[in-house]
Amino acid sequence: MDGRQVALVEELQAAVGDEHVVTHEHQLRTYESDGLLQYAVTPSAVVLPGSAEEVQAVVRACHRAGVPWVARGAGSGLSGGATPVADGIVISLSRMRRIIEVDLPNQRVVVEPGVTNIAVSQAVAPDHFYPPDPSSQIVCTIGGNVAENSGGAHCFKYGFTTNYVTGLELVLPDGELVQLGGKELDHPGPDLLGAFVGSEGTLGVATRIWLRIVPKPEAVRTLVAFFGSPIQAGEVVSSIVAGGIVPGAIEMMDNLSIQAAEGYTGAGYPTDAGAALVVELDGAEAECEARFEEVVGICERAGADSIRVAADEAERELIWRARKAAFAAMGRIAPNYYVQDSVIPRTRLAEVLGRIEELGREFSLKVANVFHAGDGNLHPLVCYDGSVPGEAERAEELAGLIVKACVDAGGSITGEHGVGVDKKRYMPQMFGDDDLGTFQRLRCAFDPDQRANPGKVMPTPRLCGEVPGPYRRHPLEQAGLAERL
Amino acid sequence: MELAAELAGAPGTVRVRGAGTKLRWAPDSGDASELSTAGLDRVVEHNAGDLTAVLEAGVPLARAQEVFASAGQMLALDPPAAGGATIGGIVATNDSGPLRARYGGARDLVVGMRVALADGTVAKSGGKVIKNVAGYDLAKLFTGSFGTLGAILEVSVRLHPLPSATATAVGHTRSAHLLAGGAAALTHARVEQLGLDVRWAAGAGMVLARFGGSTAREQAEAAAGLLRDAGLEAELAVEDGSLWDAQREAQRSPAGLVAKVSALQTDVEELAGVAERFGATLVGRAGLGLLWLRLDEGDFAGLLAELRPRFVTAVLDRPSSLPFAAAESRHPGAGLLAARVKERFDPDGKLV
Repeated sequence: MDGRQVALVEELQAAVGDEHVVTHEHQLRTYESDGLLQYAVTPSAVVLPGSAEEVQAVVRACHRAGVPWVARGAGSGLSGGATPVADGIVISLSRMRRIIEVDLPNQRVVVEPGVTNIAVSQAVAPDHFYPPDPSSQIVCTIGGNVAENSGGAHCFKYGFTTNYVTGLELVLPDGELVQLGGKELDHPGPDLLGAFVGSEGTLGVATRIWLRIVPKPEAVRTLVAFFGSPIQAGEVVSSIVAGGIVPGAIEMMDNLSIQAAEGYTGAGYPTDAGAALVVELDGAEAECEARFEEVVGICERAGADSIRVAADEAERELIWRARKAAFAAMGRIAPNYYVQDSVIPRTRLAEVLGRIEELGREFSLKVANVFHAGDGNLHPLVCYDGSVPGEAERAEELAGLIVKACVDAGGSITGEHGVGVDKKRYMPQMFGDDDLGTFQRLRCAFDPDQRANPGKVMPTPRLCGEVPGPYRRHPLEQAGLAERL
Repeated sequence: MELAAELAGAPGTVRVRGAGTKLRWAPDSGDASELSTAGLDRVVEHNAGDLTAVLEAGVPLARAQEVFASAGQMLALDPPAAGGATIGGIVATNDSGPLRARYGGARDLVVGMRVALADGTVAKSGGKVIKNVAGYDLAKLFTGSFGTLGAILEVSVRLHPLPSATATAVGHTRSAHLLAGGAAALTHARVEQLGLDVRWAAGAGMVLARFGGSTAREQAEAAAGLLRDAGLEAELAVEDGSLWDAQREAQRSPAGLVAKVSALQTDVEELAGVAERFGATLVGRAGLGLLWLRLDEGDFAGLLAELRPRFVTAVLDRPSSLPFAAAESRHPGAGLLAARVKERFDPDGKLV
């Protein structure tokens, strides 16, 4: 550490207490990566503030010292979004885990950013729940969910984090504390709240979050159907959606994922099945029953090899266990894997799966497919052996070609994991220079010095020009959409 | 893009205009020139199998809905749309209707956007798939920005299946307390409504709960039971279209005042009381806390003076006698940040 950094650490210690500033090298290692371990950078210090005021003091100190920082929740992200910046500070929100208010009459919950996703649903049980449910929901935090606009298995019907955040208290990169929205919807002015959610920590750090919750569905019905191929199962997905049915969740696994997950969980999936399709309907009892019968009929007519309907909650959990274990189980197939998160229009599924298969053969690498079939969000897992020289690079190249195939089909490079460091090189496949330049305008409005999570999202560094001229009263203010107090 | 060049080349200030059905919501445009989206009237894509569509900004919502309905689909956005309101105008003003209770508002249904900035830059964000977190969500920033950050050229939207049948449970009461209680009983019940609205006018209140699907009638009957348990008189309406049209209609006033209040469920009773005192009609989404007060004639200033200290209040339709006054942001920092965004997107203050 140089003299400037030593001075900053002293300032941080004064702000949050010595015991909440980590500088020992072996302790810093804990923070060098998020869930995507191939990216690792050791920060110069990690600071754990306990309140919004302390976050503000920390950010102000960084601002004065000109030091970049990265906010971090549970570090379970899968895009390297929380990878530290060299010589920068990590602001861990893990001490800020208070549920501040549960307002059931108005169906709102107010939390600090370090509260876990599952804790919100637990706090409003048994009559309500918080729908966004990323697979990591037991550990991942609401602050991280806000940064990444996290989804989950149930977002085809229920939507994403952005559809449930009604208010945010933020510390901006210059240390100002700002509140956007609150318990009410539609605060006046442009939707800055909506622009912040999913901004991957590059616009500031949320210190308090207002969330909407909804009543639990009256009934849930779950089945898993097995088919000869993912393409056959994909046609079933299209028939279900075309029939006007909106399942709570609709998930697919291919043969390789089934083999891995079955070996790991023993959920009873036939390991010779070409594809498993998990369909879950929820809602009002009568409607749910009627629609569930339709789904069973569609699966039968499409020639399902077998259909297993969950008779009770235990069997439902067993069906889901195999799906949720798919990533963790990959270790049984290959020592390492590289996961992608691309999205395609659902109608292009057969074509894109064909292309992935072709690429796998070309590269002589196994690619397992697990996906959120309703919204076309694929998670191809490119399997490789990191101990074989050059194989990791080939896996990465193959993964890149899969992303390209998805974008070419009219899709996106990422559906829920975020761009982070991992996918920023793919951004130009989706966005041209003017698009990226327009993103940068938003970044510069929030963070003109670009100290919040620099090096993420944007494929190449860009500067923020000065806003020209002296301050003028803007039409936005004249129109009363904004005010300067 | 022609419109982008026109915007960049305009000498003075500019106001973007769709069908012009909501001009009274904004301050007078002074000597600003008008930039019309009327030429942008193509339904660019309707991907029925993917339940998505791409619309140019000037497409009247009603025309787009006809296209979607032919495939048994809808854009779940149903603001009052008389006069050919365009999708661009609806998104720019964040207008919405009863379907918002189930499907969210414009911000939740728009998955991608193409805009023209004041300097002629044409930029897109989002995409054409319903799940996508690549890049900043600028479509949300432009939703409700009244065209002051740029001109919306094109939007990509998520569609939903049209419900096969609908039925509505209607609860009647002359007590604002029971009205709020009836609505709360339904927002907290394990039922799935297409819409949940309240209405209060001239001493009488209604709770409307609409259901869709093959069992719509059964579901509505169950809801009517819940309303009776809450002390309301309840009936079932199967031909329910006109009931909901009336709700949407009350969000506009041809010559009077419409104030949109961002409140909470627990404010419904109080707001019904305010409507009663001023002779206004109250309609809105009970579960979302979004309520519209319509006053065709009466004490406009008095009504606003009553609402503003208590609630986040936006004046939509404005009588000519009432001067424009900004909706007040409750948190000064938010307004400041909005001004910083304006400076970056439109540094010369061209778009008004």
